[in-house]
Amino acid sequence: CIHRVRSCSSIRFIKSKYVCVFDKSALKFSHQQRLFRTSAVSCGQIVQFKLSDIGEGITEVTVKEWYIKEGDSVSQFDSICEVQSDKASVTITSRYDGVIRKLHYSIDDIAFVGKPLVDIEIDASKGVAPAEDVVETPPMSHEEHTHQEIKGHKTLATPAVRRLAMENNIKLSEVVGTGKDNRILKEDILNYLAKQTGAILPPSPKAEIVPPLRKTETVPAAPKDKARKIPVPVSRPIAFSGKDKTEPVTGFQKAMVKTMSAALKIPHFGYCDEIDLTQLVQLREELKPLAELRGVKLSFMPFFIKAASLGLLQYPILNASLDENCQNVTYKASHNIGVAMDTEQGLIVPNVKNVQVCSVFDIAVELSRLQSLGSAGQLGTSDLTGGTFTLSNIGTIGGTYAKPVILPPEVAIGALGKIQVLPRFNGKGEVFKAQIMNVSWSADHRIIDGATMARFSNLWKSYLENPASMLLDLK
Amino acid sequence: MVLQSLKNCLWLSCILRTPKACFWSTATGGLIIQSVSNDVYQNLAVEDWIHDHMDLEKQQVLFLWRNSPAVVIGRHQNPWQECNLRLLRQKNIKLARRRSGGGTVYHDLGNINLTFFTTRKKYERMENLKLVVKALKALRPQLDVHVTDRYDILLDGQYKISGTAAKLGRTSAYHHCTLLCNADKFVLSSVLKSPYKGLKSNATPSVPASVKNLFEEDPSLTSEMLLDAIAKEYATQHQIDHHITVINPADETLLPGISNKTKELQTWEWVYGKTPKFSISTCLNMAYKDSVLDVKVNMDVKHGRIEVCNIDLPEQWLPQGLYSELVKSLTGSKFCPNETTTLVTTLLRVCPQDDELHSRWSLLCENMITLM
Repeated sequence: CIHRVRSCSSIRFIKSKYVCVFDKSALKFSHQQRLFRTSAVSCGQIVQFKLSDIGEGITEVTVKEWYIKEGDSVSQFDSICEVQSDKASVTITSRYDGVIRKLHYSIDDIAFVGKPLVDIEIDASKGVAPAEDVVETPPMSHEEHTHQEIKGHKTLATPAVRRLAMENNIKLSEVVGTGKDNRILKEDILNYLAKQTGAILPPSPKAEIVPPLRKTETVPAAPKDKARKIPVPVSRPIAFSGKDKTEPVTGFQKAMVKTMSAALKIPHFGYCDEIDLTQLVQLREELKPLAELRGVKLSFMPFFIKAASLGLLQYPILNASLDENCQNVTYKASHNIGVAMDTEQGLIVPNVKNVQVCSVFDIAVELSRLQSLGSAGQLGTSDLTGGTFTLSNIGTIGGTYAKPVILPPEVAIGALGKIQVLPRFNGKGEVFKAQIMNVSWSADHRIIDGATMARFSNLWKSYLENPASMLLDLK
Repeated sequence: MVLQSLKNCLWLSCILRTPKACFWSTATGGLIIQSVSNDVYQNLAVEDWIHDHMDLEKQQVLFLWRNSPAVVIGRHQNPWQECNLRLLRQKNIKLARRRSGGGTVYHDLGNINLTFFTTRKKYERMENLKLVVKALKALRPQLDVHVTDRYDILLDGQYKISGTAAKLGRTSAYHHCTLLCNADKFVLSSVLKSPYKGLKSNATPSVPASVKNLFEEDPSLTSEMLLDAIAKEYATQHQIDHHITVINPADETLLPGISNKTKELQTWEWVYGKTPKFSISTCLNMAYKDSVLDVKVNMDVKHGRIEVCNIDLPEQWLPQGLYSELVKSLTGSKFCPNETTTLVTTLLRVCPQDDELHSRWSLLCENMITLM
């Protein structure tokens, strides 16, 4: 009789998640289950969980945070709320398994020791004294030390979990507990079952943690399932316990949505090419120590940026802006070249101002400043506004060709792939080792045509493939 | 069971300064450990780890630690109310939220931290503080130090040299306190002064107090001497060896799961997101061209995010569409200068390209950011 009631109650608590697992038992006790279900709503006993003694003679505390709300299911030892008293923050945990039916206080209310904190509806099979369990366990003591003895081992597990294990003929001593104090959770039982049937479950992040100093004295055995013979039918599907997570799109992401939606209204066209950076690589190696002496790390970007500015002098339409109604084109005088940066929040594009009057070294210094501010999350509004042209060095992460999206109100953008060492033929027909980088340009086809983009790209490419030629045109 | 205790011995023999025989067999009443790290997040994570994983029935633990410059706020406090966040960012001083209650403190290497771990039943703050006072008096008998009923330690009857906080869990508890040896009082007072006006909140407020360093009273004192004296007194009272075990909070094999705890303490969601709901009602004085505009701002911030935002601008100062776009974007976003800067500059890309408009927008946004 007791056994049947227990099975029904386990169905009640767990059926919403693990229906498949209990198909067998559900079929067996369907008659009782039906009876049970109709009266389930009112048969749970409401217990008033009182705020226990905090110590030091404290009689009242302030409720600071609720971890649960009315209607939530809780297990024994789950955190219910955080209260504060005189510089001490106390985590109140549940003594029962059940469903929260009433919170007696709101945030910032004063709660009294010995008075009810929450009402929990617990399983009726537990009997009149809610602290006692019908199964072979000792009644819960006031200090809430509930080490359930099972076959000589002390294993922490809530009554619901123990029932689940029993239904599936699992020895708790063979299950690795991943909860607090090595407590065995429902997920641990499921993982164990999955290993038996070979079902694939999402990886549990805490599964491997076994702290050397533990409260219990159990040695949790890793489930060595090879020798074990559990009568588990292979076809039984295990419930997948992963859940979709929905979050609102807020803040920066919202702004990105707006910007990118506007960007894609621009008719883009793409133009790609490969650049032989062999000579530039060598030049940079020579200049790196000089720059370091001056306290700056020299990367390839300052060269790319300066070459782009020299190119924009010849093709100023790429540094322009089209107004909303496509009535006027504004040719911007300053070359404020944006550099796409990847940060924790996502994509930000600070720009180097007036590149047309900066030397390669000046650009390196400014880039360094922007990069350190960017990683510290301290870029100012002026650093992030006023850009007229953008370069995105996606190659630092990887990739060759890309299809960059123009950032309004600009009209062009270039994405730089990674530098690869590839074999190429020289003028004499010999194979040599070349440092090759791919560039992918996108431009606004409303005011820029393919020929202009190609010519700009060729000019930029020639400056980089033969860095000495930049000297001729430097202002 | 035998295998387990052997494993524990091996673990401990690796980290003890002098190798010891089986740890459990000596049945000691206490353990004194000291952190090699000065990282506030790592050290707070060690507290969490001991609280969650160590069995304190057999032995109590004293944890000694010091941090490089950091401001530590209590579990239920509001960082905007408690400290000058702008100054912290400028000076690269870390901000941490601990799990215990109480008020805000400034840590640097001249301030030592002591954590007393016991079972919940044996939680007794007064005893711990009396131990500290006893240790101080044993070291320098002429020191006028005593414990108040607010659990502070006062020097010369007026200067606070120690503040206290505590955390109680289901079965274990800890009480930690600071001790001012030689902290930078100038930085301390400047970072703990909040410049943010118009804040209304139910967060635990700190009680400001005059502080003094023990070093000022007696220049021969150092942090090391104080740590040692306290360890000695603890050892005496718990009848154990005066032996400090050194631990490395980055050691995942010694403290499994510690790096996750450390990471969690550094997340924005914990440090700022756990701020109790608060509201701001203030006035921005924006200098624009030849006049000064008074702009009333009202915001509600919950979980560190802007829930409601109202900016009272002169009529048509910004086009209505743009204003509502700004408010819509701010709603739900983090109350954070970095997030707001990137948000408003990104939005500017889809505004009409008008210099006048851009300068007004930048002015307003820059002023809004000063509130954060």
